[in-house]
Amino acid sequence: MTERPLTLRGGAEALAAPLPPLLAEAEHLATTVIVGDHGRRRAGLGDTFWQYRPAQYHDERRHIDWRRSAKSDAQFVQDKEWQIAQSVQVWVDQSASMAFTSNEGGVTKADRARVLALATAILLLRGGERVGLTGNLLPPRRGEAQAAQMALLLCEDHPDDFGAPVADGMLHHSRAVFVSDFLGNMDEVERALARAADRDIRGALVQVLDPAEEAFPFDGRTIFESMTGAMRHETLKAGELRERYLDRLAERQARLADLARLSGWQFHTHHTGESATAALLWLYTALERHA
Amino acid sequence: MWSLGPIAFGAPWLLLGLIALPILWLLLRAVPPAPTRRRFPGVALLLGLADDESQTDRTPWWLLVLRMLAVAAVILGFAGPVLNPQDDRPGRGPLLVLVDGTWADARDWPRRLDRVEAALRDAASDGRRAALVQLTDLPAEGPVFRDAQAVAQEAAGLVPRPHGPASEAIADWVEALSGDFDTFWLSDGVARDSRADLLAGLEARGIVRVFESPRPIYGLAPPRFEDGTVMLEALRARTVGTAELRVNAIGPDPAGVERRLASETLGFAADEGRATLELSLPPELRNRITRFEVEGVPSAGAVALADDALKRREVALISGGNDREELELLDPLHYLRQALAPSADLVDGTLADVLLANPDVIVLADVATLSALEAEDLEAWVEDGGLLVRFAGPRLAASDVSREALDPLMPVRLRAGGRSIGGAMSWGEPKALAPFDAESPFHGLGIPEDVAVSAQVMAQPDPTLASRVIAQLADGTPLVTRKDAGQGNIVLFHVTANAEWSTLPLSGLFVQMLERLAVSTRPAVPDLEAMEGTNWMPEDVLNAFGVLEDAGALPGVDGSRLANLTPGAEMPPGLYAGEERRIAVNVFNTDSRLQATTWPDRIPVEGLEMARETALKGWLLGGALMLLMLDILAVLALSSRLRGPRAGVAAAVLGLALAGLPTPPQAQEDEAAPPVSEDFAVAATSNVVLAYVETGIPRVDEMSEAGLYGLSNTLFQRTSIEPSMPMGVDPETDELAFFPFLYWPVTADQDLPSRAAYAKLNRYLRTGGMILFDTRDADLARFGSSSPEGQRLQAIARGLDIPPLEPIPQDHVLTRTFYLLQDFPGRHATRDVWVEAAPPDAQAAEGMPFRDLNDGVTPVVIGGNDWAAAWATDETGAPLVPIGRGMAGERQREIAMRFGVNLVMHVLTGNYKSDQVHVPALLDRLGQ
Repeated sequence: MTERPLTLRGGAEALAAPLPPLLAEAEHLATTVIVGDHGRRRAGLGDTFWQYRPAQYHDERRHIDWRRSAKSDAQFVQDKEWQIAQSVQVWVDQSASMAFTSNEGGVTKADRARVLALATAILLLRGGERVGLTGNLLPPRRGEAQAAQMALLLCEDHPDDFGAPVADGMLHHSRAVFVSDFLGNMDEVERALARAADRDIRGALVQVLDPAEEAFPFDGRTIFESMTGAMRHETLKAGELRERYLDRLAERQARLADLARLSGWQFHTHHTGESATAALLWLYTALERHA
Repeated sequence: MWSLGPIAFGAPWLLLGLIALPILWLLLRAVPPAPTRRRFPGVALLLGLADDESQTDRTPWWLLVLRMLAVAAVILGFAGPVLNPQDDRPGRGPLLVLVDGTWADARDWPRRLDRVEAALRDAASDGRRAALVQLTDLPAEGPVFRDAQAVAQEAAGLVPRPHGPASEAIADWVEALSGDFDTFWLSDGVARDSRADLLAGLEARGIVRVFESPRPIYGLAPPRFEDGTVMLEALRARTVGTAELRVNAIGPDPAGVERRLASETLGFAADEGRATLELSLPPELRNRITRFEVEGVPSAGAVALADDALKRREVALISGGNDREELELLDPLHYLRQALAPSADLVDGTLADVLLANPDVIVLADVATLSALEAEDLEAWVEDGGLLVRFAGPRLAASDVSREALDPLMPVRLRAGGRSIGGAMSWGEPKALAPFDAESPFHGLGIPEDVAVSAQVMAQPDPTLASRVIAQLADGTPLVTRKDAGQGNIVLFHVTANAEWSTLPLSGLFVQMLERLAVSTRPAVPDLEAMEGTNWMPEDVLNAFGVLEDAGALPGVDGSRLANLTPGAEMPPGLYAGEERRIAVNVFNTDSRLQATTWPDRIPVEGLEMARETALKGWLLGGALMLLMLDILAVLALSSRLRGPRAGVAAAVLGLALAGLPTPPQAQEDEAAPPVSEDFAVAATSNVVLAYVETGIPRVDEMSEAGLYGLSNTLFQRTSIEPSMPMGVDPETDELAFFPFLYWPVTADQDLPSRAAYAKLNRYLRTGGMILFDTRDADLARFGSSSPEGQRLQAIARGLDIPPLEPIPQDHVLTRTFYLLQDFPGRHATRDVWVEAAPPDAQAAEGMPFRDLNDGVTPVVIGGNDWAAAWATDETGAPLVPIGRGMAGERQREIAMRFGVNLVMHVLTGNYKSDQVHVPALLDRLGQ
């Protein structure tokens, strides 16, 4: 209560400022994918019809579908499809390296990552799943309000250069999504994936890169710095470095793909120059596999 | 200047700066371009990657070369290099600078003066004495050599003369030369006989150098008038290749402002020194031309002055009376035309149009009365200096012009009637002419025996009569009288202009008398004997630059000197005025030649082929600037900042720098003035339209419109005329020529039309239009001055050219153009309708029931029967105004309609129904 109401309101509005655009964009992205309540493709607890099976001794009489049974001599019971909400936990890299964009006023990697993650969350929430963030701040819950909460938390920026995936607080047998540029320490990623695999968590790794990072269009005498300026590298002929940089990038991507395959995850690289819908589709279908 | 081959350097010590270039090379090489800083997250992947080559922090070699070239160009540029430098001219001893100073020099006179000053200053810097002599203004003694600096200051006062140097004066001057000196001769390029002797004399004294301008020299010979066209010859000195000249004819326009009246191009064929131009101009333009000039050549030789030889008198012939198809030999103007056509320009037309053309002479043949406006205009024209020649005739004899009081347009008062001698009812024989006395302008003309006068008008004896007679019969009766009026004269021949009253027009004396009266043109060149002893004063003189200036107080010239027609110092070219004519003296005669000088090879002639100095400083500095700009672009490219939008901007800047020429401003196109009131014209002319004159009173205008509407409907239904809706016109503003017929209701307080409106109305009447004047008060007053409308009508008609009127005769063509009518009622049923009077001698031909009265359409029909009320209907066709009473009234309305139909038919078809071909049908109808 030390703050005056005016500054409190201003501060709150500043805090909430990125929220509506992010939400709006994510909703907009989400509408590009039409989805309904997804079934588990097996018999179980649910609403929608799955199959007819002959009645067993333990089935109660009121469960017998008399219409189907009248067509033959035996008695049949309707099986419903197993619809169970599953939990999905999302981690988005909010470090400084994600705030990079190669053309002025373009989409930063962080923007794209957030929108992608939030759109996926909205889709899953509409589908009845439970979505949350990794870590302890936002456990998975149902409902549209969860999207707003997630948006609020995603809007924060972390001050360090490269981020490591947070693998705490993940529920067993749930699904996870890690969205990052994965340019930081690979050992952290490996450790996080190992913990996830221990808990039988399957998921998707989305690497968001800038087209400049993918192509390395620099030449001449250059001093490269990281986004916070902690790391620097000076070169007299940047063009000569291109091949070796690209080799290193490919090597990293290969390592990520291997890690993902070994842990049963999916891996995809997305560039901010491409359309977000494609990435969203990929992500959504990736979460469907191995249901 | 220090020269290296064809290039000389003005500041050669700057070239030492080129030594510094290798040092610059070493410095530039050691300084690498600055690195760019970038934020890049992928730097995590770059850590540990090392560059392989380590010498890439130096500037690339081509960038170094570029910079070196730029610096070298700057150094060379500032050293002031000059291509093809001029040589010095050594020499010692006194220097004579000789200037021709003729009209051929005048074109580049400032350049010559500069050259003279440059030569004199060179002489001053070399320490030589100098003298300056102009050949057209030779001093009495020989050249006096003085300090060259002082002479250079005097050089600015040299003025060229419009004539060439006099050869005797030059020969004398050459004889008087003494001492040794070098000569620098600025020649004008025209070959003269005196040049060879002068050159020989000067070469005997020392070295001669000549300066001539390579520009072509043009001259214009005096214009001649041949067969209706003006012939001009142009001359040129150097005949290499073809050339084109533009010749302008300059003279004052009617407002007195000097203007270019005509302009033509003239082409010289290759190797030809003369070219001829034929200009055919309308006489008004030709009479106004004062000189011909070659455009763009400001020299007296390119100006040809035109004097009286180009002017022909403009004579207007007007005869009284309407256009009757008469035999040609009875036409009063026939003999005048035959007499004047070869030597004067004749103008025909009505008096108003003729006065606009401002002729020199107006001849009125048997014109008795003129309308007040015309008389006023004619008097003004005579006061301004016109000659009015009048001939008598039956009309003049029958009229009362100048009987009681002297008419301002007649020289004497006339007696009533005339005099007939030698006819059937007279006593004596036709009289011959008396010899002309000394003051008469006809003095000296011989009188042939067959000239006899059988009838003439007589002059009233007056105190002033004797001074005005210039020709008389043998018994003293005045035949031709003349009076001065302002600056002009009025002459009256008391006989006719054709052979009815006398045989004068048949004789050669007639032509001579007209010539003496200054009616025809004077011959071109006077002969030599006539010029002896006469004194001619210069009015305007040409200076050497071709500008016509007032002569001021120059002395006059004897006639024999003038007959030579070659200008000299005492007779500069210009216009010389004698007693009664002016003669132009031009630089060239009709047979002059213009040739270029030829110098012997040993004389160096400057100014013709000279390698020109070109300064290279500008080019080199410009080149250095371009190289530095390229350097900027190269540096940007090297540090890879030339990507993306910057590349586009750089390309655009480069393109602009290379293109960068300002486009010439586009000439503005003159917009044609938009046509005025096209809709009115289109509405009026797309069909026949009956028109009424707007009086401004709404009731009257509505009645006129309704009346013409009813008439138009009737015409539409009954005849093949299909008029459109009637229109109201205002004679002040609208064009009347669109309407065949004007209905003019006269009200008591109508405005009189203005002068311009009167002119329009007169023109309308003369060109076949008809006006129906309706005073609408026939129930109150007969036609005359007894009613206000009648008086108003008289006031309006005073300014119009209305012929004599009479009441409609029984066999006028109006009685039979469509319907057979004898009554012309409107709302009133009087018979007071007046039309143009028939000629008094009109007779019915054999077997025809009517006389052949007027050939054309009567210009006016005047009455008071209020026809518009009788014709008026509303849109449904119901009549608006009650006419008469009962059935008789309706009958009267019907006859009024028929009269209207007849009237419009008469307007549109003339006297078609007077043709013989209609007679049988007419006789049938008339029951004969």
